Amino acid sequence: MALVENIESNETLVSEALPGDYFALLKPRVMSLVVFTAFVGMVLAPAHIHPMTALIAILAIAVGGGASGALNMWYDADIDAVMTRTAKRPIPTGKVTRGEALAFGLTLSVFSVLTLGTLTNWVAGGLLAFTIFFYAVVYTMWLKRSTPQNIVIGGAAGAFPPMIGWAAVTGSVSVESVILFLIIFLWTPPHFWALALFKLRDYDMANVPMLPNVAGERHTKLQILLYSAVLVTVAAAPWPLGFAGPAYGVTAIVLGANFLRHAVAVWRMEDGDATMVPAKKMFGFSLVYLAALFSVMLAEALVSMALAG
Amino acid sequence: MAMVDNKPELVEMTKAQKKAQRRRSVAIGLVLAAFVIIVYVGSWAKMGGALFSRPM
Repeated sequence: MALVENIESNETLVSEALPGDYFALLKPRVMSLVVFTAFVGMVLAPAHIHPMTALIAILAIAVGGGASGALNMWYDADIDAVMTRTAKRPIPTGKVTRGEALAFGLTLSVFSVLTLGTLTNWVAGGLLAFTIFFYAVVYTMWLKRSTPQNIVIGGAAGAFPPMIGWAAVTGSVSVESVILFLIIFLWTPPHFWALALFKLRDYDMANVPMLPNVAGERHTKLQILLYSAVLVTVAAAPWPLGFAGPAYGVTAIVLGANFLRHAVAVWRMEDGDATMVPAKKMFGFSLVYLAALFSVMLAEALVSMALAG
Repeated sequence: MAMVDNKPELVEMTKAQKKAQRRRSVAIGLVLAAFVIIVYVGSWAKMGGALFSRPM
């Protein structure tokens, strides 16, 4: 609804929200990662899918991911308003009301799941529904405000897309898709904790329990290092497991060594360091790391498909 | 909606509000049209030539 009755001032307000404001509710940057990783999952899957079905499946996964973003913004509007990183989102700025965001998110959730389930299979549709539920309910409504481990468990929501892409093609979940899931799942905590270290004040103001403001900087740095060590080991697994080639293996090892180097630099950073340069560098590198891993995996798969004719 | 002397109290929208409303309407129209095309094309891709050769 675009018409809003303001009971307190007895004033009728008419929305000035533009389609772009609704699009912003979908968290387009997160959506681009969802699209990319789901696409990689589809290409790696050892089965055939009609290109048009694949395109629609990617779109449905993207919209489903976006819908969970809208539901997150609906519930977290109070937190978003006090954090500098999120204060310009459509609800805190008053462009879209919470009710509108909720209706928008729910509508897109239902349509994306039905579309994916009907046009591909219900394993993929079910996984998409579970992902939306996990992000909107388990992470946003439950974990985010109650435990500093929020990002560890909640990170699963962002890790499902390659598994959904794989399931859309094969109709099943396999070891390979679980490894793809694990790479993003294990990548999420060090990535977000690096961000939380230099945005500590933001999370404090919003009363969101992130590891640095609950367990302290020292413990967070150690956790970043430990998760990084497990991550780089799991990230190299697709090569020996045979669903990625040597180019991927070398990339995973070289970038993994760099990831560890950044994690060690963060670990060695002085407590109370105001500039937090190693944490900022690690946050930036973690984005490149994940994008590079999936890009090389994709390139290798496309090249071997082209060679196979 | 509140009524005064049996006349409906109308909200006079500003130029910006009218423009925003029009753009939202166009966007909803385009999304609905895209959804219809997606379902149509998706059905063809899924069922292929067998679309019309099923037992009734």
